Amino acid sequence: MSSPSIMETLFQRTLEDLIKGFRLQLIGESAFISKAMEEIWKEIKSTNLQTKSIALQKLSYLGSLYFVDMSWSAFHCIECMSSPRFSQKRIGYVAVSQSFYDETPVLLLITNQLRKDLGNVNEFEAGLALDCLASIATVDLARDLTPNVFKLLGSSKIPLRKKAIGAILRVFEKYPDAVRVCFKRLVENLDSPDSRILSAVVGVFCELASRDPRSYLPLAPEFYRVLVDSKNNWVLIKILKIFAKLAALEPRVAKRIVEPVCEHMRRTGAKSLMFECIRTVVSSLSDYEAALKLAVSKIRELLGDEDANLKYLGLHALSVVARKQLWVVLENQEIVIKSLMDADANIRSESLRLVMAVISRSNVLDISRVLLSYGLKSDPGFCNEIIGSLLSACSHNLYEIVIDFDWYVSLLGEMSRIPHCQKGEEIKNQLIDIGMRVRDARSQLICVSRNLLIDPAFLGKPYLYGILCATAWVCGEYVEFSTNPTELVEALLQPRTSMLPPLIRAVYLQSVLKILIFCMYSHFQKWGSISFPSSHNLEGVLSESISKGTALESSDTLTSAQDDVFNPRKLRERIRLSFLLRRTDSVKSLLSNCCVIELALEPLLGTHEVEILERTRNVLGLIELIKQQIPDQLFPEEESLSREELEVWKLIRSMNDASCEELGPVSFTAQEKIRIPEGLVLEENLRELDLICGNLQPRSLSFFPQREERVDEWHDSEWRSREDLEPSNESMSLLVEHRKRHGLYYLPSSASNDYPLANDPRSGEHVPDETEDLVRLAAQSLAPKKKPNYSKPRPAVVRLDEGEATFPVVSNRSNSKYDLLSEVVHDVLQETNPMDKSSQKGKEKVRGDIPPGSKENLQDLVDPRREKLGSGKSKHRSHGKDRGHKIPQKVDGEKDENSERARKKGSHRHGRNKMRQRAEEQADLLAQTPDQIPDFLL
Amino acid sequence: MIRAVIVMNTQGKPRLAKFYDYQPVEKQQELIRSVFAALSNRAENVSNFMEAESIFGPDSRLVYKHYATLYFVFVFDSSENELAMLDLIQVFVETLDKCFRNVCELDIVFNYSKMQSILDEIIFGGQVLETSSVEVMKAIEEISKLEAASNAISLIPYASGWSRR
Repeated sequence: MSSPSIMETLFQRTLEDLIKGFRLQLIGESAFISKAMEEIWKEIKSTNLQTKSIALQKLSYLGSLYFVDMSWSAFHCIECMSSPRFSQKRIGYVAVSQSFYDETPVLLLITNQLRKDLGNVNEFEAGLALDCLASIATVDLARDLTPNVFKLLGSSKIPLRKKAIGAILRVFEKYPDAVRVCFKRLVENLDSPDSRILSAVVGVFCELASRDPRSYLPLAPEFYRVLVDSKNNWVLIKILKIFAKLAALEPRVAKRIVEPVCEHMRRTGAKSLMFECIRTVVSSLSDYEAALKLAVSKIRELLGDEDANLKYLGLHALSVVARKQLWVVLENQEIVIKSLMDADANIRSESLRLVMAVISRSNVLDISRVLLSYGLKSDPGFCNEIIGSLLSACSHNLYEIVIDFDWYVSLLGEMSRIPHCQKGEEIKNQLIDIGMRVRDARSQLICVSRNLLIDPAFLGKPYLYGILCATAWVCGEYVEFSTNPTELVEALLQPRTSMLPPLIRAVYLQSVLKILIFCMYSHFQKWGSISFPSSHNLEGVLSESISKGTALESSDTLTSAQDDVFNPRKLRERIRLSFLLRRTDSVKSLLSNCCVIELALEPLLGTHEVEILERTRNVLGLIELIKQQIPDQLFPEEESLSREELEVWKLIRSMNDASCEELGPVSFTAQEKIRIPEGLVLEENLRELDLICGNLQPRSLSFFPQREERVDEWHDSEWRSREDLEPSNESMSLLVEHRKRHGLYYLPSSASNDYPLANDPRSGEHVPDETEDLVRLAAQSLAPKKKPNYSKPRPAVVRLDEGEATFPVVSNRSNSKYDLLSEVVHDVLQETNPMDKSSQKGKEKVRGDIPPGSKENLQDLVDPRREKLGSGKSKHRSHGKDRGHKIPQKVDGEKDENSERARKKGSHRHGRNKMRQRAEEQADLLAQTPDQIPDFLL
Repeated sequence: MIRAVIVMNTQGKPRLAKFYDYQPVEKQQELIRSVFAALSNRAENVSNFMEAESIFGPDSRLVYKHYATLYFVFVFDSSENELAMLDLIQVFVETLDKCFRNVCELDIVFNYSKMQSILDEIIFGGQVLETSSVEVMKAIEEISKLEAASNAISLIPYASGWSRR
């Protein structure tokens, strides 16, 4: 039995061999790893702990650096950690800390081993156990091992006590009731003369306070003492972090610490401490002018420093100040603007954030110009960052800072043209949103949209499709603001639109339909009919063109008007002719529009995309309807026509009515406002529906079964072949024709295009070349102008009631774990305070070095108050509380085994009681905290 | 709280990786990869801080230092001071230097477990517990002694068992 294990041990590859092997291997890394894993598999099953531990060591090496799964080795880890030999134990512990987590199944098996090792006389073995506890403790582990950790908190060995303090953080997190046992001893460690202990315990409080600062306000005097006395920068940094949290909650704390913090800021040579002082002042003490001034001067030092780190942190501090004191940023604007061109991406984005902080109505034009010109020069990532922050700054609170919407809409267009622009989605949303909200911006919106739509270059850029979709929608929706709808139709139907995804293409087609309806409607309104002017309309038009309405009053129909002797014939004839001429022009243009549309859409009838197909049919159907009227134009038979025409006219009018209904923004709360009609039961069982649908075939999920069949049949044979044929003869000729007509949109001729291309360098023409110029320009624009002189007043922006833009922020601080923890801390602090008083004599010695007058007076002031609170509370918390009082004291006093068992039992029972009671007490506590906490601080 | 310590070479090969909140290995690999991708994009002579929230989630910062062929990367949250973390990297590297006399990448490759114990002395469960390299060295020497002693003892029972047979 032993001989194979000896062979294994002697010839086993150690970790070092493995590492060397890695460097010499020729079979490729992954092959080498799987070979090594095979060995490990074999070795780890060995009964010899030495073999097993070395295998485990290799495994944890592979797991850590080569990402090999080691969760299967959990049981072997436990075996190794229970070895009596330190080296094996250590390997086991390292593997456990590395690979165990809350769901590891064998986790429960390590409790006893940990307890044994925590009580080990060898500080390093106990240290291993603490390290393990600090990284993987679960609720159960934390609960079961609290007494052992508590014992170590008072250890005389500094390194061990230090580690126990470190481990207590995780224990508290997992098992808040441990606070009742350990908190007092933890606080006592704040008095430790050893700086390592102090550093550890302050670190723990810093972590605790960062999660729930309010609970630790009562400890402010202790922290204050450390702030004043400590000379260790690590400790001071952590203490400052704690105070930054506390001072934000309690102004009296802020008042107390201002002086010491400034003193540290002036005195210290360590940049880290100085920066922490600055951060504390700007985040929590900015109401104290002298302190703020000092901090600002220090920030300026950092900004001027050669070291990129300090510069970055200086900018970071500035952005904290900017939330409240904008002037500080303005004072340092030159550095901020110059930093926009820094080689370091962090510094650039930090300064961008600062520029965004100072943006306002008066400078938004200049800042945007400067930033965009910076964006064009820098790398795509930063450029997008700039665009993104400009977009969000300008749209903030319903375009609060935008006055000139024409400018802003053109800016959006300009942004879309920037190469690599990845903010298409945001630009799209804003284009639509502005269209709906700002009536006055619509004509400019149409203009910008037209320029974007008409450029065939954009159609090759998938990241811009979102924007194109928005512009197409805008053109359809607000076509009445367009000067040339024909142009829009052509742009929407240009050949390259076939590159668009179907849903966006559907938007294009829908817009074509809207534009067509608009054209027809305006034609009808102006000229009365497509084929022949109805008498009624003619009269209207004529009376418009000549003011002599009386001359035409008797004309009933055209023929009768011709025969009429009363009127001056020549004049009327001329008017009639010019009228007919113009009307014919209009008809012609309408017809040519229809032709263009038909030509472009006919191939689409073969598409498989329902959205496109449906819209195509709609448009073509409408054209068909109109075309029926056209041939009659040559043979005017008004009597028969007028009725039909009337119907067409009706149809078009109603369609136009439908599409010209204005769309408005929708409030976020709109849905809630709809009252549920009476008798409507939304949750009613839908079984009846099953009965109705039961007799239908399962495939009737599609609503058009017959049609589907048809399509199925056609798909493969008919349409395919037709599609194949089409390009060869029919569509080729169509294409040629189209090309002749719309040469503009075809690629080869696009060089001579009138419209700027997407990446046209000309669009950046106004950009000054020199950075210096930019800095100057920026400096001017950043400076707040007294009188922003705008020719136009800000147009009305549609805003729905009750601030729709502010989303209802759901504050789910449902972090029950921390809530529990802070509750227990509350309890314990209230308990320990009376004890403080009783052990005042003992403590007096330690506190001798506190500045006189600060503490003693405080205690005197506090005591009566606290008494009162205690008595008031006793009614509510009588029995549960008693047990809570006893436990820490018992722990303090006795240390033999028996009492420990008793205590454990007690704490269990007590924990259960506590749970029930906590709910009742909570309301109580919340009500009391504001009165009770400040007493400690004066 | 420190969330992770990563030492890797300039080719992106990790030499030491420790995550203080549990991460499955696949996630670890992904994190290390994205850190390396971000680091290798950075120019020389720029600041030692890097945006980390896109990699490690909200409230995370990253400090790194570049020594010869190695990156030392610390990831931490808002309860640590950025410059102090930079100093801590310095402490770590100084300790390594003391331990291996003019440390280079090879030392780190071959002394994986020693490096791990040095790191464990400095950072404990995500908290900084020791900042003096002298103290760390003391502890490391003690641990090495203990390990050597336990290994020496380990041979005896085998030898006896063997000879007895």
